[in-house]
Amino acid sequence: MTNHYIDIRNADVILIMGSNAAEMHPISFKWVLRARETRGAKIIHVDPRFTRTSAQADYYVPLRSGTDIAFLGGMIKYILDNKKYFEEYVRDYTNASFIIDDKFSFNDGLFSGYDPATRKYDKSTWTIKLDDKGIPQKDPTFENPRCVLQMLKAHYSRYDLEKVSSITGTPVEDLKTVYELYASTGVRDKAGTELYALGWTQHTVGVQNIRAMAIIQLLLGNMGIAGGGINALRGEPNVQGSTDQAILSHILPGYLKAPVASLATLEEYLKKNTPKTNEPQSANWYQNTPKYMVSLLKAWYGDKATKENDFGYAYVPKLDDGQDATLLNMIDKMYEGKVKGFTCIGQDPACSLPNANKVREAFTKLDWMVHMNIFDNETASFWKGPGMNPKKIKTEVFLIPVAANMEKEGSMSNSGRMLQWKYVAEKPPGDALSTGDVLIRLMAKLKDMYKKNKGTFPDPILNVVYNYTDQKGMFDATAVAKVMNGYFLEDVTIGDKTYKKGQCVPGFANLQADGKTSCGIWIHSGSFTADGTNLIARRKKDDPTGLGLYPEWAWVWPVNRRILYNRASVDKDGQPFDPSRAILKWVDGKWVGDVPDGPWPPLSDKEKGKLPFIMKPDGVASLFGPGLVEGPFPEHYEPLEGPLSKNLMSSQLSNPAMKIFQKKCDVYSGCDPNFPFVCTTYSSTEHWCTGAETRWQSWLTEAQPEAYVEISKELAELRGIKNGEKVRVQSPRGKVECVAMVTTRFRPFKIGGNTVHQVGMTFNYGWLFPKDCGDSANLLTPTAGDANTMTPEYKAFMVNVTKV
Amino acid sequence: MAKGKSIMIDTSRCTACRGCQVACKQWNGLPGTKTKQVGTYQNPQDLSAQTWKLVRFAEGIKENGKPYWYFFSDQCRHCLEPPCADSIGGYAPDGVVKDEKTGAVVFTKKSKEAPLDEVREACPYNIPRQDEKTKEFAKCTMCLDRISNNKIPACVQSCPTGALVFGERDNIMGAVKSRVEELKKTYPKAQALNPDEVRVIYIVTDDPKKYHKNAVA
Repeated sequence: MTNHYIDIRNADVILIMGSNAAEMHPISFKWVLRARETRGAKIIHVDPRFTRTSAQADYYVPLRSGTDIAFLGGMIKYILDNKKYFEEYVRDYTNASFIIDDKFSFNDGLFSGYDPATRKYDKSTWTIKLDDKGIPQKDPTFENPRCVLQMLKAHYSRYDLEKVSSITGTPVEDLKTVYELYASTGVRDKAGTELYALGWTQHTVGVQNIRAMAIIQLLLGNMGIAGGGINALRGEPNVQGSTDQAILSHILPGYLKAPVASLATLEEYLKKNTPKTNEPQSANWYQNTPKYMVSLLKAWYGDKATKENDFGYAYVPKLDDGQDATLLNMIDKMYEGKVKGFTCIGQDPACSLPNANKVREAFTKLDWMVHMNIFDNETASFWKGPGMNPKKIKTEVFLIPVAANMEKEGSMSNSGRMLQWKYVAEKPPGDALSTGDVLIRLMAKLKDMYKKNKGTFPDPILNVVYNYTDQKGMFDATAVAKVMNGYFLEDVTIGDKTYKKGQCVPGFANLQADGKTSCGIWIHSGSFTADGTNLIARRKKDDPTGLGLYPEWAWVWPVNRRILYNRASVDKDGQPFDPSRAILKWVDGKWVGDVPDGPWPPLSDKEKGKLPFIMKPDGVASLFGPGLVEGPFPEHYEPLEGPLSKNLMSSQLSNPAMKIFQKKCDVYSGCDPNFPFVCTTYSSTEHWCTGAETRWQSWLTEAQPEAYVEISKELAELRGIKNGEKVRVQSPRGKVECVAMVTTRFRPFKIGGNTVHQVGMTFNYGWLFPKDCGDSANLLTPTAGDANTMTPEYKAFMVNVTKV
Repeated sequence: MAKGKSIMIDTSRCTACRGCQVACKQWNGLPGTKTKQVGTYQNPQDLSAQTWKLVRFAEGIKENGKPYWYFFSDQCRHCLEPPCADSIGGYAPDGVVKDEKTGAVVFTKKSKEAPLDEVREACPYNIPRQDEKTKEFAKCTMCLDRISNNKIPACVQSCPTGALVFGERDNIMGAVKSRVEELKKTYPKAQALNPDEVRVIYIVTDDPKKYHKNAVA
């Protein structure tokens, strides 16, 4: 979240799209309803299915799965055509006035530079024109037809109400209602927030879904303000924390870029990954990358990280250039037999990953699998699952019992980037250890083995600092949290203050690039005070602004800033656009309110003032954003599997830049009468993900006992299916038997003049337990992922539904 | 005016997360029963001696063509003049206890002497259930053990949205009145269900029969 849960109460319009907030994030709804009750906020839910969220919304609006960009593109057009944007904000705080390169173009679904052979773009024309000082050329009057605002307008001119409606299946009247209501927040004294979750990310155009909304929020001046923002509701309990800590293949902790093989030295790495700017008023915060990277290496390799050895940069594993090491590719390689061993901690990929038959087959090619969990699940027991012959499977599986979250001390990071400290409620049962303790012991053993047996390159293992134990030799969460925060390794004087060796670094502005500080994750720096007080554990309930910031309740990264980009909530003189929602204000030469996005004075101070979007080299937000692989403006493409043979927006049917998997089990159908219905998958309130933890809980399985498919009354009639009957749901990749739930909450769509049915299934089940609950919905889903992130397209694919 | 305690169940704030249903089982040590998916989110299908709190789901299409999905967190209403007490009392004088301080209506082990049909018939909300083995009657106790020790009922404590509110009856009656007035601005059919007869007062925004056939007496 750019904002935080409590802040939802400050919104005037709450758009929930790509999320079933009431069911998946019940606490979020406390604040959604609070906004309605205290300030008359309107709640809009846009979703293929009428859910428990829709039941509480003022406006429920249906759309076909996978058509969010068409829907949002129509809103962008509405905002621009009707001049509903917040002009001052758009002009000064975004790149709307920047002039785009003359060679950049867009034609019939493709941007300039596309190579169909490689399915990649040459992005050299996706650039902004620079003046002779290397600063972007601008036209603040927006008259230049090549300025970003005009190009944006031209791009979305095709997204008229009728066209959007024919793609999304949303009635034109509903589109108008949502566009008008949401666009009403494009003024100083109104705030609109957006809540999304996996309903946006789990598409082949997932990142572009979110970018389309980011463009809307920027046009309306809703970024950086109380009651605004783009708010990803992250999975409970600690998905935000795991992302921050880089449980992803393309980043290091704190979102530093993962090194690649061609960047052989630290200098090369830093040169490539430290952005430069010629814009005088841009803070360009990532210019500090060397401080964060060197401090990270010091945290990892301690005294063995020296200036002479590049601070141990050579020890860090490197990706091959161009390598995508995300899950779908990992399973693909496993399926090829190229992966020998697999350590799986707290997951159930045999049920959670798409095309589960492929995943389960891939496991049979492994030599070994180590599985750490609180229960057995379909992954640990894959070798005795449906269709498996244990005698023929060579994979050796080790199931290690580990502690559940309430049996461990440490921090958890919620969606609002808030780190909260928790304590052990109960000791883990039997031999179970915390995962931290398992890893401590594993590393000790590895060090021992490398010491004895040497090996090709023992240094990275022998030199890594892994002394995170207490006096009893057990994993010490506080010690790790302090390493994350960072230490001064020598006496350091910064300004008029001297810090002693061994003190905690009180904020990342103090980190050094010369090896005098260590820091395990720069965005956590400041979570401890210099004297070692753990701010994550504090619990003070004061709310000086009255806007629910609660600045002394726990700790929020970065530097306890509760609302990101908050300098965009004030005008050039530092005065809040909306005084009734003043999270920040420049008073008598200093900032009052939230922790500002940097200490500098307001923008009108031409010498010291800084632009608000400090993480961007230009200092402003990117309406034109060339960072993504499929284009600088979001464009509607159909899902990999869809009901249409032709994209109604262009000749380009699906995302031109996504990877197409080619294994024999990677079969896809598009516009195929054998698989005529759109299907989407989701969780339920009662179970957690695959249900691997919750299906063992009798009160929860009592409430949601077995797999079901929700279908409309119209489809049920078409197929002669009665409510509660067993049906078979089949895709080109697999089939699942489950119970039909015939409901008025799904209704057929009118798409391009034809009737299109959509159905939906939960992915909360698996064959292991309870015995008769049905197998995973992911036996049906395709191996296909977002072109940028490889997040699987769980939300839109094609199936058939028949009576058993 | 009756004193004691009351619970407001404001369905306009309910998201059917079923925290109340599970919290009831957790506090009262009630087992998860074996259920089947029969084509609805509602499960178990009905109240039982093992299920004293049940979120009922009712869906359909409104006059304006839009879908609705109403949630009704069903439980004993703890009537001011409980007919079940008369019914069971006819067979077992100490089969029902009405707690003087709180007004909670609680079945005792002696209730097993009473016949099922008659007791269920007596309750306008169809709440009492009988344990198949012990024949004792069972239902919500308003968490008498908790509320006698300055704790709020387990279901109320679990509610994330404030749909369930527990307090002194006078205060709850006031809250119900002002909430209904507020809701009427948007929902002309908003109403409290039998507020003068029961301690567990539901607020609905549409015809109560659309929520549950026994929603209102």
